[in-house]
Amino acid sequence: MAVLVLADHKDGALTQPTRSTVAAARKLGDVHVLVAGEGAGAAAAAAARLPGVAKLLTGSEAPALAEPLAAQLVALAPGYSHLLAPASAAGRNVMPRAAALLDVQVLSDVCGVVDADTFIRPIYAGNALATVKSADAKKVLTVRATSFDPVPAEGGNATVEAAPAAADPGLSSFVGAEIVKSERPELTAARIVISGGRAMGSAENFAIIEKVADRLGAAVGASRAAVDAGYAANDMQVGQTGKIVAPELYIAVGISGAIQHLAGMKDSKVIVAINKDEEAPIFQVADYGLVADLFKAVPELEAELAK
Amino acid sequence: MKVLVPVKRVVDYNVKVRVKADGSGVETANVKMSMNPFDEIAVEEAVRLKEKGVAEEIVAVSCGPNAAQEQLRTALAMGADRGILVEHDGVLEPLAVAKLLKAIVGREGPALVILGKQAIDDDMSATGQMLAALLGWGQGTFASRVEKEGDALRVTREVDGGLETVSVKLPAIVTADLRLNEPRYASLPNIMKARKKPIETVKPADLGVDVTPRLSVLKVEEPAKRQAGKKVGSVQELVEKLRNEAKVI
Repeated sequence: MAVLVLADHKDGALTQPTRSTVAAARKLGDVHVLVAGEGAGAAAAAAARLPGVAKLLTGSEAPALAEPLAAQLVALAPGYSHLLAPASAAGRNVMPRAAALLDVQVLSDVCGVVDADTFIRPIYAGNALATVKSADAKKVLTVRATSFDPVPAEGGNATVEAAPAAADPGLSSFVGAEIVKSERPELTAARIVISGGRAMGSAENFAIIEKVADRLGAAVGASRAAVDAGYAANDMQVGQTGKIVAPELYIAVGISGAIQHLAGMKDSKVIVAINKDEEAPIFQVADYGLVADLFKAVPELEAELAK
Repeated sequence: MKVLVPVKRVVDYNVKVRVKADGSGVETANVKMSMNPFDEIAVEEAVRLKEKGVAEEIVAVSCGPNAAQEQLRTALAMGADRGILVEHDGVLEPLAVAKLLKAIVGREGPALVILGKQAIDDDMSATGQMLAALLGWGQGTFASRVEKEGDALRVTREVDGGLETVSVKLPAIVTADLRLNEPRYASLPNIMKARKKPIETVKPADLGVDVTPRLSVLKVEEPAKRQAGKKVGSVQELVEKLRNEAKVI
């Protein structure tokens, strides 16, 4: 039986976590992709070109709400053994709802596929990995994108058809969105991420990090402590309760390295820590540590990168 | 309106969990337990709704072992009016908890159920959405702001890249994200008062709910440890290493 992936997309483009989810789905069977929500048309064209995607289903172009989208997944479910989505805010909103409607226990944040019934997922903020076997007839999963290398953007040629319309139960309506417009790459897809912690001291001080980010073409992240202190927006949060990232290079500035934060970035390829406290736990996971005052080191870093 | 607040007993967020040597799970014996931090935010929001006159009664519910009464007492000390313990020893997955809560909702008739967006033990982030599905209610997940507008709630949600606002018809489910509020500390007089507030105990069987887990845990292991690297002496040395040794910039 085929497997169905619910795609995440933004501004008409598929997100990288969607391509990672397709990579996970390919381990389970023939992949069909459902693209729904605002801008779905353009994203659907891109999804049809992903290698390994046999069929592309297009849903409603209305702003995606959990209730009608879950109803649509349930209507499509009889044709599939597995339903997958990236473990993004969107996927985590809709997939548990669809799972409950199917009387299935959802598997959240799957980081490994053992076989069709058995999956690995992190628990306790990634301090333990559980291998779990599902007894449900159908599986509903969200996928931790950083654990699967994304499929290439091109190479496939899926057939495209419209998904049968599902009735909107009319339980909620979309009012508006404030999406931060940024020239910088998406946090979860960036090759380089530079994050600031509570030691940044203020929202204004993040400007010194942003300058380095722009030199490197990096995304800007923050620790939960920095978000709690109001120095950074919540969608910049890297950690157990924020975004999970695994870039080629992660630069942690003024971040002590709480378990909560490490859970979100410890799979990065190279980790750099800049902190004036040489006892900070972040140094225990850093490939390169610099014990220094960030307000001196970060502008120096920017100047050095400019050379 | 009546507000139901489910709270979960979890290993305290400050505890560094240890995987059991036999790989059957993590060590929870003699470990400090607390209310799931996101559920604390949910309790706080309910109490604020009551202080604003929007909510009339707050019922805290916990599904778990007898000791989860401690977490219910915490909720009562923060301002919940009474507690219900759905007592069960053993694993309760989000689907089972959602079914138990659906039964409690059937008895209590709340207009709003507000709970944490995620429990910090199993990190499933599923119970609220599953309960909404089973009840056929709308959901406002990952909420950073909740306002009542007529017979609906205006919920501002934390989404990838920013914020989204939805209007959800009541009755509804809201799951609390980090920035919704900062939970209060219960004062000593309120802790004393909470001791006198009632807690009712029921069993899953009383509610007619089968809580058999759907997932079997084959093993639990520690993730691969990362080795600490080296300290560099200067920014110049750092950039040189990143360029020539790690070759990432």
